[in-house]
Amino acid sequence: MKIHEYQAKEILEKYNVAVPAGIATTTVEETVEAAKKLKEEGASLFVVKAQIHAGGRGKGRTKKNNAKGVILCKTIDEVKEAAESLLGDVLVTVQTGEEGQLVQRLYVTDGVDIESEFYLGILLDRAVGKNVIMASTEGGVEIEKVAEETPDKIVKEWVEPGMDLQPNQARRIAFALGLEGEALKNGIKIIHALYNAYQETDSNMFEINPLITTPDNKVYALDAKVTFDDNALYRHKDLAELKDESEENPLELEAQKYNLNYIKLDGNVGCMVNGAGLAMATMDIIKLSGGEPANFLDVGGGANVETVKNGFRIILEDKNVKAILINIFGGIVRCDRVANGVIEAVKDPEIAEKVKDVPIIVRLQGTNAKEAKEIIDNSDLNVISAVLLKEAAEEVSKVLA
Amino acid sequence: MSVLVGNDTRLIVQGITGSEGSFHAEQMIEYGTNVVGGVTPGKGGQTHLDRPVFNTVADAVKEADANTSIIFVPPAFAGDAITEAAFAGIKTIICITEGIPVKDMIVAKQIVKSHGATLIGPNCPGVITPGEAKVGIMPGNIFTPGKVGLISRSGTLTYEAVDQLTKEGLGQSTAIGIGGDPVIGTTHLDAVKLLNDDPDTEAIVLIGEIGGTAEEEAGEWIKENCDKPVVAFIAGSTAPPGRRMGHAGAIISGGKGTAQEKKKSLAASGITVVDSPAEIGMTLKKMLETA
Repeated sequence: MKIHEYQAKEILEKYNVAVPAGIATTTVEETVEAAKKLKEEGASLFVVKAQIHAGGRGKGRTKKNNAKGVILCKTIDEVKEAAESLLGDVLVTVQTGEEGQLVQRLYVTDGVDIESEFYLGILLDRAVGKNVIMASTEGGVEIEKVAEETPDKIVKEWVEPGMDLQPNQARRIAFALGLEGEALKNGIKIIHALYNAYQETDSNMFEINPLITTPDNKVYALDAKVTFDDNALYRHKDLAELKDESEENPLELEAQKYNLNYIKLDGNVGCMVNGAGLAMATMDIIKLSGGEPANFLDVGGGANVETVKNGFRIILEDKNVKAILINIFGGIVRCDRVANGVIEAVKDPEIAEKVKDVPIIVRLQGTNAKEAKEIIDNSDLNVISAVLLKEAAEEVSKVLA
Repeated sequence: MSVLVGNDTRLIVQGITGSEGSFHAEQMIEYGTNVVGGVTPGKGGQTHLDRPVFNTVADAVKEADANTSIIFVPPAFAGDAITEAAFAGIKTIICITEGIPVKDMIVAKQIVKSHGATLIGPNCPGVITPGEAKVGIMPGNIFTPGKVGLISRSGTLTYEAVDQLTKEGLGQSTAIGIGGDPVIGTTHLDAVKLLNDDPDTEAIVLIGEIGGTAEEEAGEWIKENCDKPVVAFIAGSTAPPGRRMGHAGAIISGGKGTAQEKKKSLAASGITVVDSPAEIGMTLKKMLETA
């Protein structure tokens, strides 16, 4: 689960990670008031930052006003202008795709003086099954770019399973970043604090880009990108509440309510599959058949009438869908039962109305596949049956032709 | 001969009295797997499916001589269940549970390793040696004993491949579902090594998906060490970056872990990579005929 920068920083502060003072806002007035308050507390520069879930905000631009996603302001008036140019506009960054993301929230922070900038990330290294801390002197640059062009500038420390980050590891990172004196001490402290926060919150990814030092040797997390492990949210009810549903695709949210694993894509052939691996493979075969997958949808092991109905409802909300491929491998769930479920779902008046111009190809394989094909073929419905995956692919090509 | 599970398997089911555990225990018994008991803390001394229920895995090892465990415990307790099996001396631990927090799995994986045990999964369909033992949730009826070893992250995609093999007259030695999570006990590489050493496995089907670099690592090892024919399929060529495709581990992050990259790497390792999941069976059949 992704959260906003301002939320991430509130969490980091609880774990004693130093962050510049900041206030989250939703209106121009609030933003101006926030900047005034920061000024009273000693801020002489302000940074107005769009709060969307995608990264690359600093280099992104809004569609209407061509405003940058992160704006440095010298005066309260400039803060007002920045807020006006961002709120309600759509920000496009390398990570949002062309459609961009509506800016509904801002974060105004104290524009602290920067001496040097670094990168610090914490994530799972899947290859070894351990968390790894990655740091680089190339602050503000995408780590993928650094990894490609100057991999020797990245230092890594792997944390032993079930153990804390060891002081010698934090020291090695801080020295590798070239920190000295007071900044070294503060750097070591912040590295420990960040790892503790990562562990305690069951996070998947921390990206502090940049981590900065100030001329007076303070070390701050200037930006914070935090992603939680969805599977661990059950033990962090407070963190689960940080979810901002307005950042998510409405269809995907609806699918979650039905317990369906759905991801919307841009293609023209919808699909409904049991199992994630087979669902990806089905998307691939749609493409090989000359179509483009409109979605990923894993209906899980059950594939009963209700799940199939809900799957249809979600897929058919997408107006780009010109055909639907249902691909179910019936193992312990018998195919004939799935076939009856599909037919019952298609007969539902609400669904029947919507599918009259959308050909449905049903491919059922596994236990009782033959019986299932007969049920589909004898149903008088506009449903095409297939048994082999190859046949299903050919049927997709035919209906798209 | 076979790998991981077979005629020597003496299986216990952790979570045997739960609905999933109970259902699949029954299916495994029906298949002919030697299920010697189950574990549900607090229900020790009871009998379930005509098998003894124990309070702890240690009791099951002592009293029923269990050597293999399958886990159907809910995600919040599954990491603990894995370590319990390892502590009790179980050498083959197969965890079906989906949704275990990564933090728990990092620790569990380490403990399994330090006890010299093998963990399959989590979030996997299990392992089957057709005709000998089914330790998993796969439909036993689609498998046939034979010489092809299978490795896959996913359940239904494995069944799809198996079904194609069976229809081509190619039986299976052992099918290993390694699981779709980012932290799993046995990787593609570990599984390839097992099948390579198995004299009853003459060919390997390797099914991968987007995310991580485990398939590439297996490919590089195969290039140097494996003479058996290998056919590979990678799911997710059409998956968008940055999105988790159902499996917690199936995500292209930072431009890494794409299907295209994996296919390219596997092909460079001399492995036959099929673009269409519909062509796994026929491709291997052709390779074996011309070999």
